[in-house]
Amino acid sequence: MEVLFRNVRELVERATRENKLISEIMIEQEIMITERSREDIMAQMDRNLTVMEEAVEKGLRGVQSTSGLTGGDAVLLQNYLKKGNTLTGELMLDAVSKAVATNEVNAAMGTICATPTAGSAGVVPGTLFAVKNKLNPTREQMIRYLFTSGAFGFIVANNASISGAEGGCQAEVGSASGMAAAAIVEMAGGSPAQCAEAFAITLKNMLGLVCDPVAGLVEVPCVKRNAMGASNSLVAADMALAGVTSRIPCDEVIDAMYRIGQSMPSTLKETGQGGLAATPTGRWLESKIFGGAVVGSGN
Amino acid sequence: MKFKSVFDIIGPVMIGPSSSHTAGAARIGRVARDLFGKQPTWAKIYLYGSFAETYKGHGTDKAIVGGLLDYDTFDERIKTAFEDAAQAGLTYEFIPETAHTEHPNTTRIVIGDESREMSMVGISIGGGKTEITELNGFPLRLSGDLAAILVVHEDRSGCIASVSNCLAKYNINIGHMEVSRREKGNMALMVIEIDQNVNEQILKEISDLPNITQVTRIAD
Repeated sequence: MEVLFRNVRELVERATRENKLISEIMIEQEIMITERSREDIMAQMDRNLTVMEEAVEKGLRGVQSTSGLTGGDAVLLQNYLKKGNTLTGELMLDAVSKAVATNEVNAAMGTICATPTAGSAGVVPGTLFAVKNKLNPTREQMIRYLFTSGAFGFIVANNASISGAEGGCQAEVGSASGMAAAAIVEMAGGSPAQCAEAFAITLKNMLGLVCDPVAGLVEVPCVKRNAMGASNSLVAADMALAGVTSRIPCDEVIDAMYRIGQSMPSTLKETGQGGLAATPTGRWLESKIFGGAVVGSGN
Repeated sequence: MKFKSVFDIIGPVMIGPSSSHTAGAARIGRVARDLFGKQPTWAKIYLYGSFAETYKGHGTDKAIVGGLLDYDTFDERIKTAFEDAAQAGLTYEFIPETAHTEHPNTTRIVIGDESREMSMVGISIGGGKTEITELNGFPLRLSGDLAAILVVHEDRSGCIASVSNCLAKYNINIGHMEVSRREKGNMALMVIEIDQNVNEQILKEISDLPNITQVTRIAD
């Protein structure tokens, strides 16, 4: 298959050489591969953006999952924000609350847009709708944010993995956070090279993160991992915009993530058998949920 | 490249909670129904690896049954798939297996009605993307993203040419094609990914060709 980029180096080189945004290269490649029109592709991403907006709004009004493990934290965070006395700052906590809102809706079997997966669906929209209040982007720039995220996710998905069952949480929330960091940098006016630095810095700091959902549910610790992933991406974006670079090139970080995922035991890859899932409280919650037949029993 | 479109990454729009265990599972169920050609009346669903360990929590079971009822990944009726299956006359059984499979999210779906049955293996490779890796004992690789025709035929010379001639007659372009067989001279399977959907008439014409046993399709 003919593509415009196979790795981050090629993506950055092409964007720099042609003096284009990374989002533009992603759009051009999508046109080339699918033979769909630009208008059609932009319209589909616009619809995905609307799904994300609605999920955040729903989560901020307050939802509860069937198991009762998650829900309501986005509301707590927004109420705390309104008091205006946060330590980390308004934008940071706003992003965190919106990431949490999205994942709470996901856990409640609501409608979301996977970015790149459902378990990691909070980071990209959470950061987008928070950064939006600071940078005042146009609708098109918000749509481009998703294409920039998508470009990096595309590389990770093809060269490594975005599946928790294959690579642990580093492959899901780690990838999502890197994708968001790169998109924030582009929206803030950074260069394609700085987008790649932000991705690398983010993912480096999430390497080794295991996938250990309590009772096998996409709730604990997934919702809060999205919160911390969002904060990670904002800090990395600021670092990249300040001119800080990663000593290990972005593609090598992605490769390291893949190899770490390969060597992780399966108990820590979305089987609900190790890590937090195997703690006394994790086990207790599991028996409480399934013992009480709260979640569908399968027949 | 397994992931071809940006919408494999930013998407799908879906009912939570898991892209691989809910959305991917729904897609595999739906492809099974497509390949069967109609709604089955019974289903035995074998689950392996992470699917076997966590299917209840992820709603994998509801999603597969939803797929068998032809629900898409964003269809809110996935939540009530069990009740809907009872209404629609579909009985189902989930069987978690301990055998090790190459991919951690693997399911074997055996479905049927009073007259026939079908067995299919699907894997969910992340972000809602899926692949079909086996059909009635034939190994294959099918993404389920593109329209496709699957032709079971006698392993004889001329079969492939006659099918491709028929498609050419209707100006249907073949994007990707694979042929597999269980043993030489016996039954074989042609998997033809095409750029547009085909109608009933073309399917009928292909199934009337010599040495063709069965023709099924997956719509785009």
